[in-house]
Amino acid sequence: MNPFRFFSRAQSAPAARERLQVLLAHERAATGDSDLVNKLRDEILKAISKHMQVDDEKVSIKMERGAQVSTLAVDIEIPFDAGKKAA
Amino acid sequence: MGKVIVVTSGKGGVGKTTSSAALGAALAQNGEKVVVVDFDVGLRNLDLVMGAERRVVYDLVNVIQGEAKLTQALIRDKRVETLYLLPASQTRDKDNLTPEGVEKVIAALKNAFDWVICDSPAGIERGATLAMRHADVAIVVTNPEVSSVRDSDRIIGLLDSKTLKAENGERIEKHLLLTRYDAARAERGDMLKVEDVLEILSIPLLGIIPESMDVLRASNVGAPVTLADGRSAPALAYFEATRRLKGETLPVTVPGDKRSFLGKIFGRKAA
Repeated sequence: MNPFRFFSRAQSAPAARERLQVLLAHERAATGDSDLVNKLRDEILKAISKHMQVDDEKVSIKMERGAQVSTLAVDIEIPFDAGKKAA
Repeated sequence: MGKVIVVTSGKGGVGKTTSSAALGAALAQNGEKVVVVDFDVGLRNLDLVMGAERRVVYDLVNVIQGEAKLTQALIRDKRVETLYLLPASQTRDKDNLTPEGVEKVIAALKNAFDWVICDSPAGIERGATLAMRHADVAIVVTNPEVSSVRDSDRIIGLLDSKTLKAENGERIEKHLLLTRYDAARAERGDMLKVEDVLEILSIPLLGIIPESMDVLRASNVGAPVTLADGRSAPALAYFEATRRLKGETLPVTVPGDKRSFLGKIFGRKAA
C-alpha cells in the first residue's frame, strides 16, 4: 500500500457536483414529462411502421444526457423484404 | 397564531427526526411553546429520539379518527416544560391520515403553540405530502451526497407545487439544513462543499450540522442533541439554526472551521 496514494488520489466531489448539475437540469425540465424517451420511441416506431413492418426487438434506442445537449440515437434493423409487407 | 414548519428531505436517514427534535427542543429552551408532530405513521421514531417512547398512549391517528382528544395525545417533555410531542401511530396504516383530519389537527395546534414542527416521513407519498401541506416554512434536510441532493431537489419541486401556500399562489419559505457535514473531507475534495450544495439547490442556508458522535450519543439516551449536550458541536449548530429560523441574520459558520462561511468566501477572518 502506497502511503502517498491517499494524498494523490483524484478528488471525487467535483464529479458529484457535475453529475448532479446535469441530472437535475434534466429532471427539472422534465416535470410531468419524465418518460420522454419512451414517448419518442413509441412515436418514431409508429411513424416507421406505417411504411414497413418492424420487429420491436430489432430496435435500439439510446439516450445520452449532456449539460448543453442530449442525443437520442435510434437504431432500426430494416429487413430486406420489409417494404413488401406495408400496405 | 403559531408558525408551521415541515422538516422534510425525500431521502430517508439524512436526519429529519434528529433535526426536528433538536430544533424543537432548542426553540422550547428559549421559552417558546413548541409541538413536534411525527407524521411517519407506521414507522414512528420521534418518540424514541425524544425519550418519550414509554409514555405514548394516544397518537395522531387516534386524534384524527376521533378516538382521543388532542390534549390526551400530546406528551409533555420532562426536561423542557414548553416542549410537546404528538406521536405517530405505530400500528395503523398511513391511509388513516386524511387531509381533512390533518387540517383540523394542525389548525388546533397553531392556536395553542408558537411553533408546530412537522417531522415528515421519507419519500414523496401521502405521509410526506400531508406533512408539508400546511407549512409556512420548510426545512429541507440534506446530506452532502448525490442521492440526498437529488431527492431534496425533488422535494423542493413538491413544496413549490403541492403545499397550500403554493396552491394559493404564495411562496413557501424554504431553508437548507446541511447535515452530517465533514469540513475536512470537503476540503480534501471528497465531499460536496456547502457552496456546491447551495449552488445546486439554490435555497438559503439555515445551518450546517457537523458529522458527530454526539448525535448518536443523544439518540442512544433519548434526548434531543440540543438537550443532551448543549455545548457539543451539533447542538451549537442547531442553536444557531434556531436563531436564524426566528429571523436573525447570523454569519453561517462551517463546523470545525474557525472562519465563517461568508468570511471564507470573501477571504476574511470572521470577527
